[in-house]
Amino acid sequence: MSVETGAIVERFETSLAELDVAVTRTRPTAFESTLEEVVREPAVGTPLPFESISLPAWVDVRPTPATLESAATGVTAASFGIADYGSVVLPSTPEGAEQVSLFSELHVPVLRERDLVADVPTAIDRLGPRLRDGESAIVATGPSATADMGALVRGAHGPEAVHVILLEDGEVSDGE
Amino acid sequence: MSEAREEKAASIRHLLETEGDAVAENTQGFNQGRYESVAELEEYEALKDEARAIKEDAIERLPELIDELTETVEANGGTVYLADDAADANRYVREVAAEKEADCLVKSKSMTSEELEVNEALEADGVEVIETDLGEWVLQVAEEAPSHLIAPAIHKSREEIARLFNAQFDPDEPLETAEELTTFAREWLGEHIRDADVGMTGANFITADSGTIVLVTSEGNARKTAVVPDTHVAVAGVEKIVPSVEDVAPFVELIGRSGTGQDITSYVSFLTPPVESPVVDFDEPDVPFDERDDDREFHLVLIDNGRLAMREDEHLRETLYCIRCSACANSCANFQSVGGHAFGGETYTGGIATGWEAGVYGYDSAAEFNDLCTGCSRCVNQCPVKIDIPWINTVVRDRLNREGDDGQFEFVYDELVPDEEPGGVDLQKRLFGNFETLAKLGSATAPLSNWLATLGPVRRGLERVVGVDAGRPLPSFERETLRDWFERRGGHAASRERAAEPRAGRGGHAASKERGDREVVLYPDVYTNYVDVARGKAAVRVLEALGVDVHVPAVPESGRAPLSQGMVATADERASGVYAALAEHLDAGRDVVVIEPSDLAMLHREYERFLPDASYERLRENSYEALEYVYGLLENGADPDALRTGDEEIAYHSHCQQRTLGLAPYTRSVLEHCGYDVVESDVECCGMAGSFGYKSEYYELSMDVGERLADQFTAPETKDRVVVATGTSCGDQLDDLLRRDSRHPLEVLDPATPAY
Repeated sequence: MSVETGAIVERFETSLAELDVAVTRTRPTAFESTLEEVVREPAVGTPLPFESISLPAWVDVRPTPATLESAATGVTAASFGIADYGSVVLPSTPEGAEQVSLFSELHVPVLRERDLVADVPTAIDRLGPRLRDGESAIVATGPSATADMGALVRGAHGPEAVHVILLEDGEVSDGE
Repeated sequence: MSEAREEKAASIRHLLETEGDAVAENTQGFNQGRYESVAELEEYEALKDEARAIKEDAIERLPELIDELTETVEANGGTVYLADDAADANRYVREVAAEKEADCLVKSKSMTSEELEVNEALEADGVEVIETDLGEWVLQVAEEAPSHLIAPAIHKSREEIARLFNAQFDPDEPLETAEELTTFAREWLGEHIRDADVGMTGANFITADSGTIVLVTSEGNARKTAVVPDTHVAVAGVEKIVPSVEDVAPFVELIGRSGTGQDITSYVSFLTPPVESPVVDFDEPDVPFDERDDDREFHLVLIDNGRLAMREDEHLRETLYCIRCSACANSCANFQSVGGHAFGGETYTGGIATGWEAGVYGYDSAAEFNDLCTGCSRCVNQCPVKIDIPWINTVVRDRLNREGDDGQFEFVYDELVPDEEPGGVDLQKRLFGNFETLAKLGSATAPLSNWLATLGPVRRGLERVVGVDAGRPLPSFERETLRDWFERRGGHAASRERAAEPRAGRGGHAASKERGDREVVLYPDVYTNYVDVARGKAAVRVLEALGVDVHVPAVPESGRAPLSQGMVATADERASGVYAALAEHLDAGRDVVVIEPSDLAMLHREYERFLPDASYERLRENSYEALEYVYGLLENGADPDALRTGDEEIAYHSHCQQRTLGLAPYTRSVLEHCGYDVVESDVECCGMAGSFGYKSEYYELSMDVGERLADQFTAPETKDRVVVATGTSCGDQLDDLLRRDSRHPLEVLDPATPAY
């Protein structure tokens, strides 16, 4: 890990701490056991586009409207993260990543350290070509929230909690 | 009081009683959050400049961007409809709903949809419309209108919402906490989102290059609304278009901070519809998403409804840069007291609403609340796209004045109101706008004028005919004006001698020589010259004590008084008069020292619109607020011991316009430099705001705003402090609110002032 990457990871973790959002750093080899600690079952997910890891069988990666509604956790990949704000950028996919990240009470975004960027302008610069290609994405920062009922409440229409899994780069090359 | 004024006062009184507490708590929370959040943003000013430039460019190129966006969305597989007005937009939306045979349409929060009244249009066709934003839903259940741009139910307390829900839905267990209310709403609304045939959203930004709808939200309802049903309708004003995705970046960092004070909202959705996300079809609950082959529909309804005409209007055009963040409302002292049900029109609320309502609905709608902008300018630095919101309010007031009933009060005009305005201006506005004439007359006939002004019949007459509240003490005019006094003591020649006098603690004659022959013009503003002459005398003595000799020439009123009444032509003419009176002094290298911040703000802000660039720059660069000038003298080696130093404890209230110009810290610094212990207020405005607090229909609101300041100055740590205020009207307001007199900082520093 370069010095610069280290500083960005630290900044990202600080931002998440300010949001009161949990983050667990893990090596790809320990991904499954980390996931087991973080996830509340039943869990749904969408396939992770990272070569070194995949979701275990106990995460339902072919959700339906019914399983989506009954799931306690949704696990999806984040395309990148924004260190300044503790944000994860969630792509919309035909497999339903947008819904899986939204309906459950706990959302677990999986993000590679190498995909962290420092700030908003860099993140938007990355989004530009993808959106011009017809893609959609959500910049998500912490859980859903509302203050409309007279006090701040976490968990309005979306998840009440977010737990980020940050994949350390390690030695494994993902052929980027 | 006239019937119309009594009616207005009664409606404000009712809102102060019923909604005032909830509005005050919430808006002040947002406002404080904004100050804290933007303070952490290193690039704040640069981001505002960037955001402003993007909006200027986008509105300039709007017709071409509409074409580009239309092509992009259609290439993506969506449709675009450019609606001329609300009826046209609603007709299109109803057709979409009819084609889909929709029974239920779910909506996420959109002020533009409120402007269209699309709910009513759809309901007339038998479509059930459900608002899914929790605040909007509360209002839908309560059958009320939003009172705030981004927190529509800001006027309702938790207790009221609980009572409403318990009465309406009769849940098994009565709802009480915010958590219980939220859970109940989530489940109730979730059922409807599940069954909806169409989802409708607004848009915070739309990118012409990709056809992306950007939605800034926190609850997650807009995400569900857009992706659960197979049909998405987005309604948005044409001004929401920006050229490219990259142009959204500064707004992502500014919008949440400027609104609720959140660094960023939970979700910023970048949806490029029709989206790839699968439809969540509960009629097929067991079909996996990856087996679906959806044919999503997307309709973008772009709304003109007056906007393209606003674009052609040199003054209303700026309104189109507005991103509807609500910073102007939250930082507004009057809004903090009454909220959007008073400070708003058909749809829009807060300071910028005047522009929106005038452009979308016309001037009658803007007329309802335009007076509530006092021009205090506190919103100016808070707007993330740097809109001069007070100016828009002034221009609309001017246009409203010109619509008035010509000749209504013709009989009083000529002598009392020598302005440049047409006949239709309301007499109350005319009276305050021509305060200089009144002050001259009052001073020339003092003390008779002051005695007359205390008589019951006179006050009742003033209240009935022109709406000057009888509860407000009137200014008391001095027979000897500041200029008369200055001439009597020998004018500039005498001042020069006094300034050159060696003085104990000032380092003697040599030091003053060393500073050169510094000469200033003390601007004799109307209040200082005719009413509060004492602070003018203090200014002369303070400047002389620091080795500066003073001129006090005849200079017209700055134009602030007429401008605040929307009399733009008169203010413009005054600006020329002020410049003409000062030009020779500027040529002679004299600095201009101004005591009253609202007059200095004219020179530094509004004169840019009235004077040629070179004249404006010249005057701006060489004019200073009095304490700013004293600060500069002390920094350049003048000796503070020449002033009245002490260790008194001071409670200081700076003036709203002084703070907008960034000048408040100088006063504090000078007072502390001279040994005083200073505690500063942090309210946005004292509530008097020039003439506002004198107007009978606004007197109670003015006092309600003032109470926040009074609370700060009657707290245990401030209640025994000497009250000091820079603005005339702040001082008057504090005198009315507190049991102790207020003083100008110059009087504190005046060597001739005895110990308090």
